[in-house]
Amino acid sequence: MLEIKDLHVSVGDHEILRGVDLKVGRGEVHAIMGPNGSGKSTLAQVLAGRDVYTVTSGEVIFEGKDLLVMAPEDRAREGIFLAFQYPVEIPGVSNLYFLRSALNTIRKARGLEEIDAMDFLKLARDKMKLLDMDENLMQRPVNEGFSGGEKKRNEIFQMAILEPRLAILDETDSGLDIDALKIVANGVNALRSPERAIVVVTHYQRLLNYIVPDVVHVLYDGRIVRSGDKRLALELEEKGYGWLEDDRQLSAAGR
Amino acid sequence: MTAVKGQQDQYFAHFAALEERLSGTEPEWLRAVRKSAIERFGDLGFPTTRDEEWRFTSVAPIARRAFRPPPERVSPADARFGQSERADFAHCTLLVFVNGRYVEELASPNGLPAGVRVRSLRAALASEPETLEPHLARYVPFERNAFAALNTALMEDGAFVEVGKDVALERPIYLLFLAAPLPGKSAPAAYHPRNLIVVGRGSQATVVEHYLSAGGAGYFTNAVTEAVVGDNARLDYTKVQQESGDAYHIATVQVHQARFSSVTTRVVALGGVLNREDTCTVLDGEGAESLLQGLYVIHGRQHVDNHTTIDHAQPHCSSRELYKGVLDGASNGVFNGKIIVRRGAQKTDSKQSNKNLLLSESAVINTKPQLEIYADDVKCTHGATIGQMDPEAVFYLRSRGIGLEEARAMLIEAFANDILDRIPLAPLRTRLQRALTDKLAAKGQPAGTGASPAGERVSVLVEEA
Repeated sequence: MLEIKDLHVSVGDHEILRGVDLKVGRGEVHAIMGPNGSGKSTLAQVLAGRDVYTVTSGEVIFEGKDLLVMAPEDRAREGIFLAFQYPVEIPGVSNLYFLRSALNTIRKARGLEEIDAMDFLKLARDKMKLLDMDENLMQRPVNEGFSGGEKKRNEIFQMAILEPRLAILDETDSGLDIDALKIVANGVNALRSPERAIVVVTHYQRLLNYIVPDVVHVLYDGRIVRSGDKRLALELEEKGYGWLEDDRQLSAAGR
Repeated sequence: MTAVKGQQDQYFAHFAALEERLSGTEPEWLRAVRKSAIERFGDLGFPTTRDEEWRFTSVAPIARRAFRPPPERVSPADARFGQSERADFAHCTLLVFVNGRYVEELASPNGLPAGVRVRSLRAALASEPETLEPHLARYVPFERNAFAALNTALMEDGAFVEVGKDVALERPIYLLFLAAPLPGKSAPAAYHPRNLIVVGRGSQATVVEHYLSAGGAGYFTNAVTEAVVGDNARLDYTKVQQESGDAYHIATVQVHQARFSSVTTRVVALGGVLNREDTCTVLDGEGAESLLQGLYVIHGRQHVDNHTTIDHAQPHCSSRELYKGVLDGASNGVFNGKIIVRRGAQKTDSKQSNKNLLLSESAVINTKPQLEIYADDVKCTHGATIGQMDPEAVFYLRSRGIGLEEARAMLIEAFANDILDRIPLAPLRTRLQRALTDKLAAKGQPAGTGASPAGERVSVLVEEA
């Protein structure tokens, strides 16, 4: 479904991703872990099409198409969804209006009929229940005045409505208490399907207790330095990221 | 200054012609007002950018230009004038003015409750000028405002809204001013519409004053509205300026508020090539409150200058002011918000905010708060922001599948809706939202070329008999 080959990304003169390779297959859940500044969020944002980053080399193929030449909206229409680490507040635009516009643009791109206001409201109510969200949030401006937890839930709620083919969750767990974490994880798990892939970007192993990954990758200093099954996440949790540093120095010394 | 003065003569000629036409039919007090106003206009001359109040707005294009007086009659009164507007606002008490003249055939007065009269100023001047005497030209400071002086000297028509005591007027009063093309190749006209709104003690009214191009080009509207709001009375007043893209629009709105009155003054400017709005309110009774809101959305080479004055003359009054601007192309905006707190106006509570969204690198906004405080127990705050569209917000919307243009439009509309959403008339709200959308879509088209601004529904062109 997604194939990243030797991806190099910079901001200004600073290279952040230094040759990332990653393959994600349909129905799989991948976790990308790594310390602060390792490039996790950059990778997530580059996949969604954020233009403050410059791709200097490499390629990203999504369902056989070159993702990097697409505008962010086209990527979304192709089925990519990024749950933001810091969801943006948009005063004056109601959640309901925003999300219905988004859904209808995506449906149109997929050759489906637009959904009318009544049907949308019904759909939204169902999905909100899933995430235990206050219905009033729908009428409020997008993310404005939402608590940290509400913002994160709102991201997963959007994902549930838009039904992407590839969902990228950028530190969705940060700032959530255990109860909220469980709710969010339930929401994500409800979307797991053989047709859909999920990439979970996280600093901590905690979320992976609830969203169990098929593959865990460790991103360090702009490269994926290790991949394994879910046990890798536990190992990291136990030994800390410093372990990778020692490991890398060892391998560098041995070269 | 001499060049500017030279063009004043045409207005003296207009005045002489008007005097002759009225030939002593007007009462003495009114003749005296007109006379002192034209003299004052002569002394003041058109302001220049050396005048602090006009520093960022040059009215030279108006001062240099030849304008004819408004045509004597609008005839035949064409039923197509403002047809769609009249349909939308049929539920209101609607007065329609075409090229400065009240056109009775187009009005829908509807039933007004006892104690309420809505007439054309011309009718009131002709039949009962004494009803105007207590208020007309008593509030607007024409001794220091050349355009208001000119209007006062040359005013002939407009609306006279009288709401008596303790009446809650349910129907909004809608004053529609249409500018239609003039016949033949005559110079464009200068119009001086004059409105007087009197809301009696304990009453409530909603008034809209809407200037709309109906195909006219290059004309000059010089409007003055005075509103007098009594004790415990409420007025919701909206002024909408959607003149033709090459028209000039200069307006003064002067509000006078008594004890515990509550007034909302809303000024929406979308059209014209050169627009100045002087919006002033005097809180002249304890406990009065005032809400001033403004929205200007301009592009191309449009220039809009909002000068507001909130005069806290008595204690325990509050004022809230929010003006928002969206500027694209090489447009130019000015906001000057003056707040005066008079000696003794203790416990004044005043908040002012001006927010601007610049969509292009060549758009310019000059924004300035101006506080004059002569009392010591007051709360006054002000703030101004100038910003571009938030790229993070644009990206967020796009990441959900919404296209770039749509995302931008959504954010701009959200910014503007802060003001538009509070307009109490749904059809007007919808119209303005649509006008805004159309205007954004038309971005890049040059304004001031005779093309009417987008969103305007140009209803008709008619020849005059």
